[in-house]
Amino acid sequence: MSTFLQYVFTGISVGGCYALIAIGYTLVYGILRLINFAHGDIFMMAGYFMIFSFAVFPFPVAIIITLVATTALGILIEKFAYSPLRQAPRMSVMISAIGVSYLLQNLSTYLFSGLPQPYPAIPGLKQRVMLGDASVSLVTFITPIVTIIIVLLLLRLVNKTKIGMAMRAVSKDYEAASLMGIKLNTTISFTFAVGSLLAAVGSILYFTDRSSVYPFSGALPGLKCFVAAVFGGIGSIPGALLGGFFIGISETIIKAVGLSTFSDAFTFIILIIMLIVKPTGLFGEKSVDKV
Amino acid sequence: MLKNSFKEKININLLLYLGIIVVSVLILTFLDMNKREYIYAISIIERSLVFAVAALAMNMVTGFTGLFSLGQAGFMALGAYTTAILTIPVELRPNVYYMEGILPALENLSFPIPIAVILGGVVAAFFAFLIGIPILRLKSDYLAIATLGFSEIMRAVIASHMMDKITNGAYGLNNIPEFSSSIECFIYTSICIIAMILIINSSTGRDFKAIREDEIAARSVGINIFKTKELSFVVSSFFTGISGGLLAMYMSSINSSTFQITLTYDVLLIVVLGGIGSITGSIVGAFFVTAGKELLRFFDEPLTVAGVNVPLFKPGFRMVIFSILLMVVVLFFRKGLLGGKELSLNGFKKYSRKKEDKGIQVGGAS
Repeated sequence: MSTFLQYVFTGISVGGCYALIAIGYTLVYGILRLINFAHGDIFMMAGYFMIFSFAVFPFPVAIIITLVATTALGILIEKFAYSPLRQAPRMSVMISAIGVSYLLQNLSTYLFSGLPQPYPAIPGLKQRVMLGDASVSLVTFITPIVTIIIVLLLLRLVNKTKIGMAMRAVSKDYEAASLMGIKLNTTISFTFAVGSLLAAVGSILYFTDRSSVYPFSGALPGLKCFVAAVFGGIGSIPGALLGGFFIGISETIIKAVGLSTFSDAFTFIILIIMLIVKPTGLFGEKSVDKV
Repeated sequence: MLKNSFKEKININLLLYLGIIVVSVLILTFLDMNKREYIYAISIIERSLVFAVAALAMNMVTGFTGLFSLGQAGFMALGAYTTAILTIPVELRPNVYYMEGILPALENLSFPIPIAVILGGVVAAFFAFLIGIPILRLKSDYLAIATLGFSEIMRAVIASHMMDKITNGAYGLNNIPEFSSSIECFIYTSICIIAMILIINSSTGRDFKAIREDEIAARSVGINIFKTKELSFVVSSFFTGISGGLLAMYMSSINSSTFQITLTYDVLLIVVLGGIGSITGSIVGAFFVTAGKELLRFFDEPLTVAGVNVPLFKPGFRMVIFSILLMVVVLFFRKGLLGGKELSLNGFKKYSRKKEDKGIQVGGAS
């Protein structure tokens, strides 16, 4: 029973991290109709930012540096790799996104070597807490709470503020939004900033539980979180939250049963089934193709 | 007049291609005869040829049909494992499968290399046919992620314990027969490349291009969209599987981590650099990227100039250069080296004629 509880908690915790990354995918896809293949690698870079800033600064400062640096990286990537291709066919933008991902992976291999780097232990987060019979680390407990608070804040941002309204307008209709005087580039940059910021938060929570970062540690979580976003319905923030938790929990259960080789495959089977049965996801809106 | 120029075009191009083949055979024979001296060059050429097949197959589905498929690594894995299982010498099999043993049915199942390679392609094509039915109905970016997912599933299945007696699980396979000479590799790859060129230039190939340009227009002229997409996907996967089998022979030992997403990205790099929708582009790109990766190896070595250590040179620098190159091509030369065009004598002729015309005009104006 206690091991079962432990698995459930781990699942919820991983799911929380996945949800935070999945929201980044959902936001960007909602606005640019682009799978940001580099998002997983932004998440990985956030891990490295934390390692290096933690080596110099005390942890509260290091966390702030990580968040700021990751956000800046997200905006930078959008400016250099995606904004020149606004008018290009979709395949070009997608290849550009893959290119950025390829670049970040190779760059971090080059700069930080391919070996896993130990992730710093943020004081207090790794502390063990007894919950009934199960012993879980504090971060496992904190992650879902942080995730839900962030999602509530984000929903407020999107639904109640002016920039949130701009984001919704751009995602509904690109051209009409710019005719209404919405600054397209600012809105898109802002979206990338929010997505990257969430990836940074997710990265801190995720890697604290895993204790090492290597150049490819963002690739697979990135793809899984995209699946989570598709599962919940791309473009929908509550959908991404739900998808993240669903993928995280079911993956942990599969690992617990002893089929860990298939835990990654399972995610993609879900994707393929979902795309066949309900391509719009749980909460997605139906889009109609026009000639 | 029109007929004449058409005939001329065919003849010149045919001559050109025949010429290229003859020259390549001569060069390869020379290299083969001095194998010991040129072993490095031969290895680069063989690798380039194998990747040219993979890149052209990807180009067929991505560049000519407009379906962005990222499942290359998975199909290559299927082809490679099929070829490997069927060609590893029977007497060596107990050594290869030393951990779990081999499935009794496979123990003595052995095929000549060409048949095994083709069977590898057939297996890949069969899987493509099955998964194509659901996923080819998806739109471009979903298709990309679904094929990528398929590729990861394949890798997980190959590495899993349940497949131990067939794929040797995580230990991988070795003792796969290598190419006896670079000519052998050249023959296999050039047959594949010629076959793909013929398909792309046939009426089926024109159906592919019609779908790429405008799906709805293609449907209204009577092209069965789904069947044609499926055909393109299956044929492309067939050749991708073959290239996987050839890769297995080139490497002589494989395991599941050979077929990671990075492999797909490597092929994509070739296709993009060479030009999406250009046959010759993919072939030239394969040589350019493969040779470049090898020749730039010195970037990964620490470099000392006049006693000073140049700081940039250390492991991984080579791949950074290639990723930057990919980004530069995507951002500034969106069409790649050749764009949708082909390298041909006619092209040169037209180009020089255009120049001449311009010269005459300028002359006239003055």
